[in-house]
Amino acid sequence: MKLARTLMATSALTLTAGLVNAADMVNDMTLVSWGGAYQKSQVDAYTDPYLAEHPEVSITWDESSAEAVAKLRAQNEAGNITWDLVDVTIADAMRLCDEGLAMEIDHDEMLAPAPDGTPASEDFGNTILSDCFIPQIVYSITFGYRNDVDAWNGATPTSVCDVFDLEKFPGKRSMYKGPIYNMEWALLCDGVAKEDIYSTLETEEGQQRALDKLSTIKDQTIWWSAGADTPQLLADGEVVIGSTYNGRLFSVIAEQNQPVSMLWDAQIYDVDGWIIPEGLPEERLARVKDFLYYATDTQRLADQAKFISYGPARASSGPLVGKHATLGIEMAPHMPTDPANAQNIIMMDFPWWADYRDDLDAKFQAWLAK
Amino acid sequence: MSALTPISRKPVSFYVPVVAAAGAFAGLLVGTAQGSGLLGIVIGAALLGAIAWLLTQVLDNEKLGRWGLIALFVIAGFLMGGIAAAVIGGLFGWFFGWFTYWLYEGRYRAHLVPYLTPGQVLWHYAFRVICGAIFMFLITPILVVMPLSFNAENFFTFTPEMLRFDPAGYSLKHYRDFFTNPDWQSAMRNSLLIAPVATLLSVSFGTLAAIGLSQSHVPARRAIMAILISPMIVPLIISAAGMYFFYSRIGLQGTYLGVVLAHAVLGIPFVIITVTATLVGFDRSLTRAAANMGANPVTTFFRVQMPLILPGVISGALFAFITSFDEVVVVLFVGSAGQKTLPWQMFIGLREQISPTILAVATILVVVSICLLTMVELLRRRSERLRGMSPG
Repeated sequence: MKLARTLMATSALTLTAGLVNAADMVNDMTLVSWGGAYQKSQVDAYTDPYLAEHPEVSITWDESSAEAVAKLRAQNEAGNITWDLVDVTIADAMRLCDEGLAMEIDHDEMLAPAPDGTPASEDFGNTILSDCFIPQIVYSITFGYRNDVDAWNGATPTSVCDVFDLEKFPGKRSMYKGPIYNMEWALLCDGVAKEDIYSTLETEEGQQRALDKLSTIKDQTIWWSAGADTPQLLADGEVVIGSTYNGRLFSVIAEQNQPVSMLWDAQIYDVDGWIIPEGLPEERLARVKDFLYYATDTQRLADQAKFISYGPARASSGPLVGKHATLGIEMAPHMPTDPANAQNIIMMDFPWWADYRDDLDAKFQAWLAK
Repeated sequence: MSALTPISRKPVSFYVPVVAAAGAFAGLLVGTAQGSGLLGIVIGAALLGAIAWLLTQVLDNEKLGRWGLIALFVIAGFLMGGIAAAVIGGLFGWFFGWFTYWLYEGRYRAHLVPYLTPGQVLWHYAFRVICGAIFMFLITPILVVMPLSFNAENFFTFTPEMLRFDPAGYSLKHYRDFFTNPDWQSAMRNSLLIAPVATLLSVSFGTLAAIGLSQSHVPARRAIMAILISPMIVPLIISAAGMYFFYSRIGLQGTYLGVVLAHAVLGIPFVIITVTATLVGFDRSLTRAAANMGANPVTTFFRVQMPLILPGVISGALFAFITSFDEVVVVLFVGSAGQKTLPWQMFIGLREQISPTILAVATILVVVSICLLTMVELLRRRSERLRGMSPG
């Protein structure tokens, strides 16, 4: 009897000891992401192992990253922040940071150092493009083409400029319904040197030049707005070549076994990561910080690459990238950052686009409507 | 039906061009599928014009001609695109055989009154063709979804295996995904938790409002009615944005109760309209008679008035249920990720990942809606029959 009471008392003590830290954290979190295979990879690599360690926590996913900026503005206006951690592209992170809707971060204090002790800010290196931004992955926009087109007489596209060559590679194309990515490729294939692309695009003539180049394939192009469009169109045979995120193409090729191949030439790098909304209450912020420290460490970022072909943003995660979790194929050759794939890359100039986006969007849409 | 008008054979100059025109239309469909619509029109017109002439002028044996035509089209279809095309070819062959003789023998006049002018006859059939086309455009998209939901691939595409009716091209995996995936299951659960409660609230408040507003002594009836019906008239996105900011202030945004209330508001106008319509035919002297016999207003309502206006209440409830079950705009604003409903989940699935699971869900929902509507219709007929049998 006495023994039992002592046992109970000690176990109660250990329980409370374990809960001391957790007591000032809430146990519900709403994470915002993009849905699809990408969100699945985050569930597998980040949240499932975290929940295994913290069974008291429950996580709700909201697939609203596409309208994150608008919704965070509305939440801020209404004084009712319902999100805890939001997955956005770097361009959106910059806007949110400028508007004061995302919290500024001390990367070294909030994020785990690399296993060898390198501080987080160095380990993430130049992917930290904004003070509010916690990078997760490096991905790229690139082309996939059908490898069973009879009209090509056995030729396969090897350069991004083959997209603009309707004689050698006839058939419909699918391109993003906006100026971003397309104008870079158009200028590159119109003979502009890679390092002059953005300075050329600053001028009226340069913009017209890019649109003129795009006009040569306009009537053969289907414009996409969701990442899932091009994979569907390629699988359908509706288009013979199209641009989309490299992970979507990996899924079409390796998981769905469609007759599609990658064209890595002139892929455009982009970075995706978390932001914390400004104005979270103390207890919620504590939980977010706890999760974030765990979910962005070297091993977790390397684990994510088991599920989707996006490159981890930490330098120290690179060597840990292994095989696909279910297919068992080596993932490194499918990463946009793999040396064989990265022979010719375009690094997107994010601050430049932040300045010119609205203007070029309007011009592009006007051109599209013509 | 017996023939109203004696029929006679028609001249070649009438029916051959008409069959050729129909052939051109069919040729357009086939030609578009094969790559060239224009070529299809020309070939279809020439081919079927010639066939009509041969069938009537050379062969002149109706039974043999029609079966021969079906066989010919089945073989042609099979050569063009396998078994599926052979079936379609057979249908085409049957239709054109029937159509040719229908025109040639003048059968199209048989069931019409004799004094109709040719223009009136033309309009009689054109009207039917237009109605048929409307139904086709409404229903075909829904029908196309159904076979696609059994696709073995993860794309919205009829694969060559599916078109060959190869069992390997079909699978139930998208249905399995729907019934095992926790995202879809929680969406389903949320929809089933929200819609019935919202319907109950709409029906209670809507019926009360309709009864109150049908009393002649209520002041400003029209103005109140207009306000109550406004959620139906104001663009949904405006209501949604307004509700979002209002519910945020009072702490209802992102709660189960908030979504239920918002959907109840959207459902109330439907209930008011249907119940008001049935109340027009309701005899007020019945309530006075009930009161005369000692029933209080509540008893009168449940025992006398409610059974008589029940059809209106039920159809209002059905509309309210479907409004809540189908609604995506308001729930995107008023709900948070914890209240994700089926339409919300479908919206995400369509935008982020074009997965045929959506088609499986759509097929299930269509079947459920058909069952629901059939049930309501049967109930309505039953209650009409019962009331018809009971005295006065």
